[in-house]
Amino acid sequence: MDGETLSWPKEGNSRVPYRVFADPDIYGAELDRVFLGATWQYLALADELPEPGDYRTTFLGETPVIVARGEDGEIHAMVNRCAHRGNLVCLKRRGHTTDGLTCVYHAWRYDLAGNLTSVAFRRGVGGKGGMPDNFRLEDHGLKPLRVDRFAGLVFGTLSPDAPPLAEYIGNLIGSRIGRVIRGRPKVLGTTSQILHNNWKLYVENVKDTYHASLLHTFFTTFRLSRLTTKGGVAIAETGGHHASYTYGAERGDNTASDKAYADIPSLHQDYRLQDPRFLDSVDEIGDGVTLQILSVFPNFVLQQIHNSIAVRLVLPKGPEETELQWTFIGFDDDDPAMTERRLQQANLVGPAGYVSMEDGAVGGFVQRAIRGGEADSECSVLEMGGHEHASQETRTTEASVRGFWHAYRGLMGL
Amino acid sequence: MDLAAVARRFALHDLYTAYAACLDGDALEAWPEFFTEDCTYRITSAEDYEAGLPLGLIYATSKNMLADRVMALREANIYEPQRYRHLISGVTIDRDEGDALEVSANFLVVRTMQDGDMILFAAGRYVDRVVRDAADWKFARRVVVLDSRRIDTLLAIPL
Repeated sequence: MDGETLSWPKEGNSRVPYRVFADPDIYGAELDRVFLGATWQYLALADELPEPGDYRTTFLGETPVIVARGEDGEIHAMVNRCAHRGNLVCLKRRGHTTDGLTCVYHAWRYDLAGNLTSVAFRRGVGGKGGMPDNFRLEDHGLKPLRVDRFAGLVFGTLSPDAPPLAEYIGNLIGSRIGRVIRGRPKVLGTTSQILHNNWKLYVENVKDTYHASLLHTFFTTFRLSRLTTKGGVAIAETGGHHASYTYGAERGDNTASDKAYADIPSLHQDYRLQDPRFLDSVDEIGDGVTLQILSVFPNFVLQQIHNSIAVRLVLPKGPEETELQWTFIGFDDDDPAMTERRLQQANLVGPAGYVSMEDGAVGGFVQRAIRGGEADSECSVLEMGGHEHASQETRTTEASVRGFWHAYRGLMGL
Repeated sequence: MDLAAVARRFALHDLYTAYAACLDGDALEAWPEFFTEDCTYRITSAEDYEAGLPLGLIYATSKNMLADRVMALREANIYEPQRYRHLISGVTIDRDEGDALEVSANFLVVRTMQDGDMILFAAGRYVDRVVRDAADWKFARRVVVLDSRRIDTLLAIPL
C-alpha cells in the first residue's frame, strides 16, 4: 500500500495501528494482496471429496471457489464464477455431480477441472444467432487455482508466485501438522460462527498464547493450561505460521503455580466439576503435548486440545465481520471410545466451548473499542516476550502475533 | 382421546412451557432438573443431523454435566449480559410408548443483548425422548437441531 495511506509506527511489529482493523481501503487491499496474493489457503479435507464428482464451495478471501474431485481422481479448484456472465456456477455448499457443472443462467457446462465443455445454442437456431465461429471453448474455462495437499489438507492459491505448499509451510510447522493428522481424517461435525470483528483480530487471538489462561478462566480453574505449565511457541522464519504447545496438565503440588496466579481473578480454586468425565483424555500422539494450536498464514488453524481435533478457517466478510468455520475430525481407525472422547472434549471449543466461547466475543469487544475516529491514530502494544518473532520456550509472549504482522506487512507493503 | 391422554397432553405442554420459562427467566440452576440422571443433551445443526454426524456444540451425557455447564456459565465463562425468549410450537408425539414418548417440537429463540440489540438467534426443532419420572415427565434425550449452521458470536445460555 502507499506510504501516505498508513505509515506503520517506527517500533515495527510490536505496534499495530488500530486502523488496520476497520479501514475499508485497507480491507480491500488485503483481499487483493493477502487473499489473492502469494499465500496458500485451506480449501477442504481431501477426505471430504472421496469420489469423482464430489464438490464443495468455499472462498479465497471473499472470492468464491469450487473444489471438486474430477473424473481423473485429482482434486481441482476454480473460481466459482461462470466465464460467460459471472454467475455462480455451484449454488450448493456441497454436492455430487455425474455430468459436470452447469451454470443455471445460460446452461454453459464445465467439467470438474473447470474446462468449458459446451455452450447452449452455440450454433444458434436455424442458422441464425449463436456464437461467432472463432469462439473457442478452451479460452473460456473457469479460472483455475493452483491446488496442493499437505497431510490430507487441500490448499489453493490464485498466485503464480506462491512457493510450493510444502516449502510455504516449512518443516518446523509441517512436522507439527503431521503429528496431529496421523491417519485418514473422518469428519465428526461442523459449525460456524459469525464474529463481529475484523478477521485479523481473530487470527491474533489464535496466535496469542498470553491470553489463554487469563481470558479463558475455565482452563485455569481446572489446571488444564496455565502459563506455568511447560510449553512454548514455534514460529516459522517468515513469521506467518506458528504452533503453540503445552505439555500435560500439572499434577500433584500446585502451590507454586497457585501462588503465581494468586492475584489473577480467573483462578477459582474451589470450583470442581460434578461429572468430569468429559475431560478424560489419552495421550494418543504419545509425546505428552496436550494442547497444540497451529496456524498457517493467513487464515488456517489446526487445533489439538487433548483429543479434540479441529481445523478452523477464518473467512473475511467485510472490514468488521468474519466467519469462523470449524470442522471437527477424528480418524478412520478410532474406536468408539476414542470417538466419544473427541465428542466430549469438543465441549471445550466451538461457539459454546468452555474455553473458546470468549474468543467469539473478545474480537467484537476490541472492534467496538476502536470505533469513533479517535482511535485511528492509536496502536496496540505487543511487547510481551520482547520485540522479536522467533520461537520461544514460553507462552508468556506475543512473539507469534508479531510474526503475523511481520508476514502481513511484507505482503501489504506497510 | 380419553381423559388420561388429554391430561398427558397438558403435562407435556406444561413441561415445554416450563423449560422455556426456566431458560428465558435466567433460572439456569433449575435447568438440569428437566432431565433424567443419565440424559443426553446435544445441540447440532440440521445439516450435520441429516448427515448423521455426531458432534454437539454442547454435548452432555448426564444431568451432572448439565449442572457443570451452568456452573461454568455462572463462575468461569465470560459473555455479555443477554436474555433469550423461546417460542415453542407444534409439540408432536411421534411415538407413544406409554411411559416414554418420542416428541418433537419447533422452537424460535430471540436473543436480546444488554444494549437492546435483538436478533433472531436460533430456530429449529427439538427431537426429544420424554419419560415419566414419578409424577413428572423428564427429558431422557433432547437433541436441539438448529436450522442454521451459523451461530452469531457465541452460544452461552443453552437452548
